[in-house]
Amino acid sequence: MSVDTATVAKIAALARIKVTEGELSAMVPELNGILAWVEQLAEVDVTGVEPMTAVIPNALRLRADVVNADPLTGGDVRDAVLANAPAAEHGFFGVPKVIE
Amino acid sequence: MTQLTDLTLAGIRDGVAKGEFTATEVAGAFNAAVAGAQDALNAFIVTTPEAALAAAAKVDADRAAGQTLGKLAGVPIGMKDLFATKGVQTTAASKILEGFVPPYESTVSQKLWDAGAGLLGKLNLDQFAMGSSNESSAFGHVISPWRRPGDTTALAPGGSSGGSSAAVAARIVPAATGTDTGGSIRQPAAFTGISGIKPTYGRCSRWGIVAFASSLDQAGPMARTVTDCAIMLEAMAGFDAKDSTSLDVPVPEWAASLSGDLRGKKVGIPREYRLDGLNEDVAKSWDAGIAWLKEAGAEVVDISLPHTQYALATYYIIAPAEASSNLARYDGVRYGQRDLPNGAGLQDMYAATRAAGFGPEVKRRIMIGTYVLSAGFYDAYYTRAQKVRALISRDFMAAFEQCDVILTPTAPSAAFALGEKSNPLDMYLGDVFSVPASLAGLPAMSVPAGLDRNGLPLGLQIIGKPLDEQGVLNAGLAIEARANFVAKPNMWW
Repeated sequence: MSVDTATVAKIAALARIKVTEGELSAMVPELNGILAWVEQLAEVDVTGVEPMTAVIPNALRLRADVVNADPLTGGDVRDAVLANAPAAEHGFFGVPKVIE
Repeated sequence: MTQLTDLTLAGIRDGVAKGEFTATEVAGAFNAAVAGAQDALNAFIVTTPEAALAAAAKVDADRAAGQTLGKLAGVPIGMKDLFATKGVQTTAASKILEGFVPPYESTVSQKLWDAGAGLLGKLNLDQFAMGSSNESSAFGHVISPWRRPGDTTALAPGGSSGGSSAAVAARIVPAATGTDTGGSIRQPAAFTGISGIKPTYGRCSRWGIVAFASSLDQAGPMARTVTDCAIMLEAMAGFDAKDSTSLDVPVPEWAASLSGDLRGKKVGIPREYRLDGLNEDVAKSWDAGIAWLKEAGAEVVDISLPHTQYALATYYIIAPAEASSNLARYDGVRYGQRDLPNGAGLQDMYAATRAAGFGPEVKRRIMIGTYVLSAGFYDAYYTRAQKVRALISRDFMAAFEQCDVILTPTAPSAAFALGEKSNPLDMYLGDVFSVPASLAGLPAMSVPAGLDRNGLPLGLQIIGKPLDEQGVLNAGLAIEARANFVAKPNMWW
């Protein structure tokens, strides 16, 4: 499968990355080179093979349903959470207007 | 007196414990070495001399008070700038995180401080750990301390842990943390003549490490000796409930159990790794490694890992797919940089922020990842890659029926020059020997084996069974004892 300029523009839009026309045309051959190369996986017989989702068998744990069980990941740290925000106002993250 | 900066991690720790020198003297010596090399090597993004001194002062006070000292007491280290460090900028070498100061500490770095280590600074790396040469950092390339004799060409320190490898090789830090997704500890270690181990996936907590590809990322130590790696890994590893993939198993005393006596052990040599046109010097060092392990008492067996040739393509689907998902969090809202063009709406702000904040290699991988996960292509690419990954893992499990550890070269060549590999695909192919063990989550380490014809280091890789870091370290020790690798870069900085 290969991609054209329109497809790359769509991928960039899905990935929320703004690209210029120039970047777009440079990306097309690059991505096609990589995609053509990974295409070799089509020749592997994977009949009956389950996709691997965990390399080391490990069951997901549940923690006790306790508020702030671990202070490092608990709540009541609003100011710390907001400390690195580019725009924090009134205790919230500030973003451009989203409703017309 | 021996130069403090020439000491190994174990030498520093033991010297401090015995009172031969103070932790403060050690920190001072390394702070000076770091400052002296920064302009030339660019190994650090941020240096923290006062943090190193503060940690050292605490160790000296604890020792004076007769308190038990930690495993790494008095050892100043470099921290790859992928680990969140409370109060110290953490960028993953990206513009998008420039100025981000974490309000918390990663589990691994906290464990190192608890063991008595101190922070010399945050080490440069490939942006978001994506790269094999340290050329994708937003804070400039790291320059390897190694040069070809009579040639001032700037060489790559490897990547993505290139700041770590350069700093350890230049002896401006005794040890450093690295992270390894497809070889990012092992390949830079090989390029710079040092040792580094990626433990079994799940040994080290990923909590507080900037995520690249979550099913592959593992932290590990980089240092000058196998013993130093064993000591430091003990301090880094351990169960952490905050990482859902952390393994709830005890941390063995790897350093105390180290033994280079390999009698009764079997070493597998995978025939698929002997590529057509394999670099002659690399092939020679591999043969030397085989001879050394035999000399250490091991039996050498021929093994087959039939799906090896598909590992790279599998990796370059899975890793970008996970990266595209992980890096969705950089949106200019919660942390990091924001680019808000005049009159832009929320979606425009996301796109502008990410365009300005990510470098070309990061964008390329996000795009590939987005594509292979998109509707209509998911099964053909991502699901298929996960199936091939299962086959690659099965290959290893079958091989381990016949052997205890596997010996291969770490990389297909010695360090290349910066700028030499301009095509992304050429760069990806350099990961050919390191990626399969990553896909299978296996412990793997690189140890220096010798120099190539240009006087540059070559590494050998040892891959072990899940959770058998001990077997890997022991084989590494056996090679270290016989390789007599004493070469070091001539100080030109």
